[in-house]
This record gives sequence, C-alpha cells and structure tokens, in this order.
Amino acid sequence: MKKFLTLLLALVMALSIVGCGKTENQTDDKDTPDEGGEDVVSVAMTHEEFEAAELDSVVTVETYIQARQGWWEKDGVGVATFYTQADDGAYFLYNMPCTKEAYDSLLVEGAKLRVYGYKTEWQGEVEIIDATWEVLDGDTKTYEALDVTSLLGTDELIAHQNEKVAFKGMTVAASNDAGAPFLYNWDGSGSEGDDLYFNVTLNDTTYTFVVESYLCGPGTDVYEAVKGLNVGDVVDMEGFLYWYNGTNPHITSVVKAAA
Amino acid sequence: MMKKVRLPALLLALLSLLALCGCHGSRWQNAFSVPDSFDESRQYEITFWAKNDTNKTQVDIYNKAINDFQALYPNISVRLRLYTDYGKIYNDVITNIATNTTPNVCITYPDHIATYLTGANVVAPLDALFADEQYGLGGSALRYDGPAQAEMIPQFLEECSFSGSHYAVPFMRSTEACYVNKTYVEALGYQLPETLTWDFVWEVSDAAAAAKNADGTFAVNGQEVLLPFIYKSTDNMMIQMLRQKGAGYSTDSGEVQIFNDTTEELLYGIASHTAGGAFSTFKISGYPANFLNAGQCLFAVDSTAGATWMGSHAPLSDISADKYVDFETAVMTVPQFDPAHPQMISQGPSLCVFNKDDPQEVLASWLFAQYLLTNEVQIAYSQTEGYVPVTAKAQQSAVYQDYLAQEGADDKLHYDVKIKASKLLLDNVDNTFTSPVYNGSASLRNAAGQLIEDVTKSVRRKEPVDAAYMTRLYDNVTSLYRLDQRGAMAADGSQALGPLPAPAKALLVTLGGVWVLMAVYGGVQLVKKKNRQNSH
Repeated sequence: MKKFLTLLLALVMALSIVGCGKTENQTDDKDTPDEGGEDVVSVAMTHEEFEAAELDSVVTVETYIQARQGWWEKDGVGVATFYTQADDGAYFLYNMPCTKEAYDSLLVEGAKLRVYGYKTEWQGEVEIIDATWEVLDGDTKTYEALDVTSLLGTDELIAHQNEKVAFKGMTVAASNDAGAPFLYNWDGSGSEGDDLYFNVTLNDTTYTFVVESYLCGPGTDVYEAVKGLNVGDVVDMEGFLYWYNGTNPHITSVVKAAA
Repeated sequence: MMKKVRLPALLLALLSLLALCGCHGSRWQNAFSVPDSFDESRQYEITFWAKNDTNKTQVDIYNKAINDFQALYPNISVRLRLYTDYGKIYNDVITNIATNTTPNVCITYPDHIATYLTGANVVAPLDALFADEQYGLGGSALRYDGPAQAEMIPQFLEECSFSGSHYAVPFMRSTEACYVNKTYVEALGYQLPETLTWDFVWEVSDAAAAAKNADGTFAVNGQEVLLPFIYKSTDNMMIQMLRQKGAGYSTDSGEVQIFNDTTEELLYGIASHTAGGAFSTFKISGYPANFLNAGQCLFAVDSTAGATWMGSHAPLSDISADKYVDFETAVMTVPQFDPAHPQMISQGPSLCVFNKDDPQEVLASWLFAQYLLTNEVQIAYSQTEGYVPVTAKAQQSAVYQDYLAQEGADDKLHYDVKIKASKLLLDNVDNTFTSPVYNGSASLRNAAGQLIEDVTKSVRRKEPVDAAYMTRLYDNVTSLYRLDQRGAMAADGSQALGPLPAPAKALLVTLGGVWVLMAVYGGVQLVKKKNRQNSH
C-alpha cells in the first residue's frame, strides 16, 4: 500500500508539473493564403512577375533576409518585419507571423525563405502581408548596397524599392528652424528610443531619411552616429529603400565621408 | 523519538506551504487613503508617462506644464516620458505592474485601466481625492486655480467611472468626424445634407467609384487613384454602427453580444461597397488625410484630433506640396442611420494615478495630475488639435471663446477645419457615448475593428463573403481575441475567471483522490492497531 501511494503521489507531482508548462502560442494563420495546390506553394515568382501581380493577389517568392525589425506580439501572435532581397529585387515582409524561437534561430540575416502571402501597397510602399514562410536550408546570402545616389529625384529610383542601397556624399542640413541636425520623430516630438529623422541634401534638393528605431535602436552604431551629426557634415549612408508617400529610406549606416 | 520529530516536521511543512503561497503572484499593495495633510518638508520625484499625437507643440505644452507646476511645488520633481502610441504605454504599464515600477501619472484609456485593475490596489481610486477639502478638485490648499468638481464636464468625468469608483480624470476629449471634399461631392451632382447618413455616404461613394473617363481615370478627380470613403478606426466604425442601430455590442459586465445578425448585415453591406471600389481603411490603404488632401478621397473619417492634417490648407501633412488639390472641406458628424438622433463615440486621453506604498507620493502625483486640468494647460493643449477642454471652466473662459471665434483667421492656430472639428464636439456632447469598460473590453474593441478589416481584405482578395465565410470569421475573431474566455470585472475589483480548464480539474480530482486514499489507509492502520491491542 505504501509503495502504491508513493507511486501515486509521484504521478500527481508529474501531472502538476505538466500543468504548469506554457502553451506554445499558435500562429493564427486564418489570414494566410490557402495551401491550394502546387502552383501556390512551390513555384516562386520572379521579381518581375511579382511587380506585375495585382494588388491583393497571392504571391510566392524566394528571398534572403537582409535585416529585421524587432519581434513583438500583435493580438497574442508573434510577428516581425523583414527586409529581404533576391537577385532580381527586394521584398518587404510586414508583420510576418513567427514564434520568438523561430525569430531567434531561423529567421536570421542571410537566411533564404520561401514566402507566400498577399501583395499589397500601403502609402506607396509595396509589401507582402499575412505571409507564411519556410526556410530553405543550405543557402544564405547578403547583398552589397547598391549606390543609388544619382537616381535620387528621378523616376528610376522606385524600381529599387526595398533594396539595400547606398547614398554617398550627401550633406547634412538643418532639420528645423533651430538648426538641429536631427529630430526624435518627424517633428522633434519624441525622445531617446524614438525614430531619428534627419535631412540631407544633394544638388540643392533636400531629402528626409530616417533611422527606424525598431530596426536600429539606441546603442546601435547608426543611431549613435546620427545623434552625433552636425549640420554641414558630408556623409555616406546605407539602408533600405523604404517608401512612404515618396522616398523614405530606413538608414542602417552613416559614416562621415572621406575628405 | 518519532513524536519529537513529527511536530517540527509539521511546522516545517506549514512554513513551506506559506512560502509557496507567496511565490505565485504580484506584490500586495496597501489600499490608498488620502493623508490628512501634504508633507511639504519632503522631496518627491514622480514620473509622468504622456502620450502625444507626434506633435511637438503638445510636447512643449507638457514641458511647460511641468515647469510651471514645479515652480509652484518646488518639492515635487516631475520626470516626463513621451509616447506616441497608447498601445505602447499600455504594454509598458502591464510589464511594470509585475515589478511594482509603474509610473505615478499616466495618460491612458479607461479600457486599459480596467486591465490594470486586475492587480490589487494598482490604480488609486480618485473619489476621496476629488472630495478632499484641501487637495481635491478646487481644494482650499491648492497653489493653483484648479476646477471644482462641478466645473468638470459631467459626461466626460462619468466616462472615467467604473467598477464603483472614478479611476481616472479626463484630460482631453475628441470624437470622430467625417471630413468631406464638398467640391467633389457637388461635382458628382449631390448636395450635402445637414447630417450625413450612411445611405448618402454609400450612394455618393459608389457613384464616385463607378464614374470613369475613357482613359480609365476617375471622372471626379482625373486621377488613377480614388478611394471615395476611407475609415481610420474601424473599431469605432463598428461600435458606432451597432450603437446607432440599437444592436448588441457588449453588456456592462462584459457579455459579448457583437456576433449578431445586425453585425452580419453591416459586414455584408461593407463587403458590397468595397467590391465596387467605394471603401477602404487606414490599415489597408493608408491615412485618410493623405488621400483626402490629394483629391483621392471624398469622405475621410478620423478623430477630431486629426483635424490639423485634413484639408487643402492643412498645416500638417505627410504628402508633398505638389500633391495637394484645392477643394472646400466640410467637417461633419460621422454617418448616421437616424439623423434625427445622432450618436457618436466619445474618446480622448484620460489621466490615472498609480497607487504607491507611500500615500504622500500618491498625493503629490494627484496634485500634478490635477494641475493638468487648469485652464492654461487645458486651453493650450486643446488648441493643438480638434480637442475640447474637459472643464466648463476652460470651455467658457474668454480666452477659449475668443479662440473659437477666430476660426479661419489663419491656417495655423486658428485653422478653420480644426476649430470646426472642436465645435462639432461641443455641439454634440449630449450625443456622444462610450462603450462598456471592463477587463477585456480593449480586446472586444479590437475584435470589432478586425471584423471590418477582414471582410474588406477578403473582398479585395476576391474571396467569397457568404454565410460560411461569416461563420469562419466569427470563429476566428472569437479565437484570436479570446472572446470566449473573457470575464467581467466585479464591483470590488475581483474578476470572474470563467470555468476551470480541464487539466486543472483533473489535477484537483487526482489530488483529492490521493488524500482520500491516504485517509482510508490511515483509517485501516488505526483499526488494525486497535484490533491488535484488543486481541492482547
């Protein structure tokens, strides 16, 4: 009897430990495309086909992660936003559902993904939303930034939307009437930890670039570099050619240009 | 020997049990009670988490209010942390509740406070503070001219009362408005009614979407892009539609009523208009103001607190100057089903005070929160957007009345669309309402908006929206927002948690069973022992 009770108590303890364990958040895939058939899942589009696809249509692409914003939970579902690129173009994966574990170990810079989701456009930015993904093993790639300085202000620039790009030899201009070299948020209403907005000029035209805090927050080289800028500095920059009612690059690197 | 060991062992077991009980939850906090007097000999440092609309002027007003307050109360130092997103404040507060590192004062929404209240004594109830003769609303010991309770707009103050007490004071109030490109509406052959109706908005939007030039551009604007009707906050859209229809949303105690035939009928209607290209949302397409100002939208619904971004001469803009189109902007109430009895949401930031171990610190926090209700702060902040002050004292002041009277005098402080938006709320305070507040009400609100977002997206994706779709939609939204698990907040702050999960039931039954077996075993042993003794 004593042995029976001992075994029973051990079983109860084991059950209680199981009951204390967390339930893994299930990714809600209600919005994700149906796995309707071979065409949707296995055949990736070229970037040209992606560009030609209608808005709100299902798209399948293969692409490499170049950078990622922080992971967070939206309505209890883990999501993150990824800047990705393939040989023929780039894709912005907005709020793609993923667990924290996957974000930490699988969805890393250089990883190759097959992604299928919906093509959409928000304020001029073409992106893929409500996506599902799989990592394609054995192949990783990061791209060099393409110098698009000469394309600024031209209609050709948008062809490189979401790509890793570089801007060289631009001059820091004042961001407000007080002569600030940068602002927290677009109008200075923010504080440490918020996005950094700064103006740079080329050929007498001023452009506003941003350090997206979810991508490169306080403590990163670029965040601290922008805080250290002075009006008149000539800088070389790299980033991703994000679009928001026009050119709005998310800058990941700022260095003062060689004299 | 065994008896000597048994008692200490029992005591040790009891102590262990007590220690384990203490491990499971957050630190217990004393309930707040108002001190007899404010200890002015001490220094206090309080933190204020404030939300602004990504608006530098609002930040400057916060900073000035802090400096002016500190000049009056040199022993109270206020540290400001800025946010531009209510959700971020909410997430940070939730995180900090567990470690007892909440701010002292925080801009918030009643929906959020309802969740904060799931922790015992986390948020200070304010009724005793309101009524305190020295430090309450209009109190005799205040170093500033604060409003008396009778000088607060009663509807706005009432919105901060739930679970048996006031847990916040209103800071600013706004509602939703429909900003209309009147020029384009008339170009399509329509005249704006006195009060917009849903039928009118849908009819004009459908007509605008359908009228095209030979080259495929839209007839009304000559452009390739036109989204006639764009709604910023689809949660408000659904909540207001249901309210106007007298249909269920939720009870005050948290019973979810949104999944009803009226909701389904509304969603089918939205789907139909979306299919014709008449409707979209902020989450799908972008800010309504950007489309309105570029002549790509006729009816843009957003908060009156977004008024400075709306119109041909808007002082704030996300689009380049060359994209602007010139048109006359009408500022109207959101569409109504019954224009004779308009109903519209009341919204806007409120202030809550967090409870602390030191009641003097809470009192210092209250003194600062109350300072934000003074005329100078109220009028200045309300002028930054289409807000209205929450006190009659400020609303009826000569300064504020003069501000309203100068509508259109310039395109900055006196921007006509902004002041029209404020006047719209002032004229409709009695027509405003709020949705029920309880732990989980924020999730239901999100769910309401998600229904519209999902239907709109599905139509754009050419998915069939039929009875089977609606069943799946209701199930998915219920599951995503856990609406079948939400409980109500009782008046004492306790929470009805719903039925016990099955594993918990199984565990309890097993534990109970083990104790029964142990008792039976003990009883059998006792009987055997007695029998042995009797036989000897």
